[in-house]
Amino acid sequence: MDYFAQQLINGLVLGSIYGLIAIGYTMVYGIVGMINFAHGDIFMIGGFIALISFLVLVSFGLTAVPLILLIVLLVAMAITALYGWTVERIAYRPLRHSFRLAPMLSAIGMSFILTNFSQVAQGARVKPVPPIITGGYTLHEGASGFNVQLSNIQIIVVATTVVLLALFTWLVSRTRLGRDMRACEQDQTMAALLGVDVDRTISFTFVIGAALAAVAGMMYLLYYGLVDFFMGFVAGIKAFTAAVLGGIGSLPGAMLGGLLIGLIETFWSAYFSVEYKDVAAFSILIVVLIFLPTGLLGRPEVEKV
Amino acid sequence: MSEKILTVDRLTMRFGGIVAVNELSFAAERRQITALIGPNGAGKTTVFNCITGFYKPTSGAIRLVHDDGAVFALERLGDFRISKQAKVARTFQNIRLFPGMTALENLMVAQHNALMRASGLTFLGLIGAPSWREAERRAIDLATVWLKRVGLLDRADEAAGNLPYGDQRRLEIARAMCTEPALLCLDEPAAGLNARESGALSDLLLAIRSDCGTSVLLIEHDMSVVMEISDHVVVMDYGVKIAEGTPQHVRDDPKVIAAYLGADEEEAIAVMESGS
Amino acid sequence: MSAPSSAPLPAPSHSQNTSGIATSGIAFILKKAVISAFVALVLFSLMIGVRTEAGPEGHLIYWTRFGELAAIVAIVFGGSIIIELLRQWIGPSGAGRLVPPWLQDAADLIGRWLAPALLVFAILIPVIFYDQRYILDLSILVLTYVMLGWGLNVVVGLAGLLDLGYVAFYAVGAYSYALLATNFGLSFWICLPLAGILAAFWGVLLGFPVLRLRGDYLAIVTLAFGEIIRLVLINWQDLTGGPNGITGIPRPTFFGIPLSNDDDGLAAKLGIEFSPTHRVVFLFYLILALALLTNWVTIRLRRLPIGRAWEALREDEVACRALGINITTTKLTAFATGAMFGGFAGAFFATRQGFISPESFTFHESALVLAIVVLGGMGSQLGVVLAAIAMIGGFELFRGLDQYRMLVFGFAMVLLMIWRPRGLVGHRAPTVFLEKNQAISSDLVKEGHG
Repeated sequence: MDYFAQQLINGLVLGSIYGLIAIGYTMVYGIVGMINFAHGDIFMIGGFIALISFLVLVSFGLTAVPLILLIVLLVAMAITALYGWTVERIAYRPLRHSFRLAPMLSAIGMSFILTNFSQVAQGARVKPVPPIITGGYTLHEGASGFNVQLSNIQIIVVATTVVLLALFTWLVSRTRLGRDMRACEQDQTMAALLGVDVDRTISFTFVIGAALAAVAGMMYLLYYGLVDFFMGFVAGIKAFTAAVLGGIGSLPGAMLGGLLIGLIETFWSAYFSVEYKDVAAFSILIVVLIFLPTGLLGRPEVEKV
Repeated sequence: MSEKILTVDRLTMRFGGIVAVNELSFAAERRQITALIGPNGAGKTTVFNCITGFYKPTSGAIRLVHDDGAVFALERLGDFRISKQAKVARTFQNIRLFPGMTALENLMVAQHNALMRASGLTFLGLIGAPSWREAERRAIDLATVWLKRVGLLDRADEAAGNLPYGDQRRLEIARAMCTEPALLCLDEPAAGLNARESGALSDLLLAIRSDCGTSVLLIEHDMSVVMEISDHVVVMDYGVKIAEGTPQHVRDDPKVIAAYLGADEEEAIAVMESGS
Repeated sequence: MSAPSSAPLPAPSHSQNTSGIATSGIAFILKKAVISAFVALVLFSLMIGVRTEAGPEGHLIYWTRFGELAAIVAIVFGGSIIIELLRQWIGPSGAGRLVPPWLQDAADLIGRWLAPALLVFAILIPVIFYDQRYILDLSILVLTYVMLGWGLNVVVGLAGLLDLGYVAFYAVGAYSYALLATNFGLSFWICLPLAGILAAFWGVLLGFPVLRLRGDYLAIVTLAFGEIIRLVLINWQDLTGGPNGITGIPRPTFFGIPLSNDDDGLAAKLGIEFSPTHRVVFLFYLILALALLTNWVTIRLRRLPIGRAWEALREDEVACRALGINITTTKLTAFATGAMFGGFAGAFFATRQGFISPESFTFHESALVLAIVVLGGMGSQLGVVLAAIAMIGGFELFRGLDQYRMLVFGFAMVLLMIWRPRGLVGHRAPTVFLEKNQAISSDLVKEGHG
């Protein structure tokens, strides 16, 4: 039981990271109907920028950890958001009304560019960082010597996710920008006729998605203590799987999918085999889609005849 | 042998809480043109979708009887089998051709099942067996016959998506006829056609009835077409049948006039004028 | 600009003119370049301006590279000016797309003779380049991708089903041959059809769960399927050798006669001097024959009801159902056929390399093959050839760039898509005609929902 509780905590933390990335996929899909294959690499870039800004800040002699973390978070979000904006501007906007596969291929190309860019710019080797946040709580001392631990970093990951989700939900449901986004999602032409600046709204979608991915990248860095240029691919596929599992286009679905993928992976590693955790996650995706072809919370596609 | 090719018995279709079609019963006579009319939203297309297998009815029975007496329960026969086995062909309200394929190719696709058998499930075709070549030639001949009948022979090699609207409508009917159906279901075939074109359409449908022995079921808003060619008219409103009979009979039915007046003034006037 | 008062100008043309003035001035170009440079400065400030590396004691150290950063920003500034000038010189993007008729005619003429010319050239490659091992190897590589592209074209180009996990079937074919040959000593010529059949079987297996899925759901499931196969290959060490792969895969024989330096080798039997090039030439003709077989079968299938049903499915699935076409079997046969060709290519890959490992079957391969199909022009057989030559050949051209190669490759992919979103060959050839065989513009051709 203790072991189970510990895995539940670990799974939720991992799921929060996936969920943050998945939101970026689902938002972009909702508004422009394309898979942003470069999104996983945006997450990776976010991790790198967090790492570099952290190093620089520490070398400046800053010692207050909360302040450092706050600055790193803001810098990572801002710069990564600009990456998201640039990617949209260069690779997707010219193909906005083109046929479906062209932007997808251009996105795959963009993903290659970003992966290779950070490999060239920062080297191919894994970048480890010493644990920045240490300590935690022992929730339960098991009789057999197994303790259920909740580390501070886990608390921070989940808390940041919850706060950002709240902020983000408010943004989408209450603000003018959010309303524009939802309008563009329904009908871009009509939205444009009603005075919504479609280009700007789509740009904002990419910016927000990238900022959330940057947060996920930073959390990944804090939690696992390393980044490398290739981490975007696997995390991206997992997060995309999460978005589809939850029903692509649905924001709560993305979060739910992220949590589920995180839990599946963690529990599978804990109880069956670490090697096959990804196989388990992908298999469950396939099984879910057989029965719910549009994911858990996706709107069923109505066939107009 | 029954004279009724199609019998719809207490057909009900619900979408969530909405009852689109409620206990609808009617029959279509063999080798006749039966029209299903009614104001917008009366549930006509839903009935069509139930007959042609795109919707599964909530309850009720749909029977189809072939010339040879074979009976098909369409409500249980899903999807492509309705066309393949029960020989019911249909067209769509918003034309659904294969726009990137030529007119001729569209008609060849319609003969898929016959050609599939002739090609020995592809294997005979792959080695170019003479029997396959012969079957392919016959298929092209049948397609040519229909292209000629709908007046599109000279546009046979053009992409269907490039044809003018009226031509696309006729091509879709030709494509449906290439499946050699027992029952042809047409969903608003005259929609968007001008007076000359809808006149030509009426002639085509009458010819299909008399020459091919195909029974026709049609949804139509163009009352001149309905009144001119229908043998039997079924009127629907709010998912139920409100009248049925010959065009003359239906046109004078006060319930029908009220339904149209209540729904759409222009259509009601059209009903009355087309009779005078 | 003064509009005559008697005849008011229509609003759109008016606004177009004013914007035309605004977008051509030097000030505008400079402003745009400054913005681009600023964006670049922010983007690259940390990623290029600061270089991190794990230091000798495992701690991360960093050093600054402001020179490189300044250079990049300057390049972006200059590049932005050049691009903007080029854009104004070429004119608005809409006008550039209109191809003059004479050019169209010339392109048609070239198009008609290109395929036979390429075929003749391909057959002559081993004769012309007999001494140039590098070119022969490269040609074999290109042909392998041509074959994969043709195989995937059946699924994506004809049936309109988006498959992001095509590499799985390539892997199934490769491992089928490798395992059958190393464990049971079966010859290449027995294993080749078996590899195709096994891959087709897996194609059907993948096909079943995805029958109801559309668009991007299909894309992610096929991608997941490809990853599952790869992960199983890595982790099922007893069977597949795990990450180390399988070594010592038998090389192909000339119908039982080995291409070796032994007494019973082909060279000895023919009484000619042995040369390792013989095997390369043999491999070249082997993959050429396999690719041509793929092409021939695909062309035949397109003219058969099954092929027409695939294309009809891509155009409109609902209409297919209304015409009595069984969607299930149509989709499954498309998956199986495409997978089978992938399996053949995989078996060839295994025998050519003599060694395979899961590393050869990553998502990058799927993406590359898909890029070849889309860049070629969906459904076009000739387009696949041109795209494979462009992609693989181009990739080799940049071999000297070493670590920047993927960067260039990525940029090429983005630019090619923007330049020709419909692919190199922008039309579809009808499968049957009465009077004249006229190509259909791919603007009309649908890309499928699946």
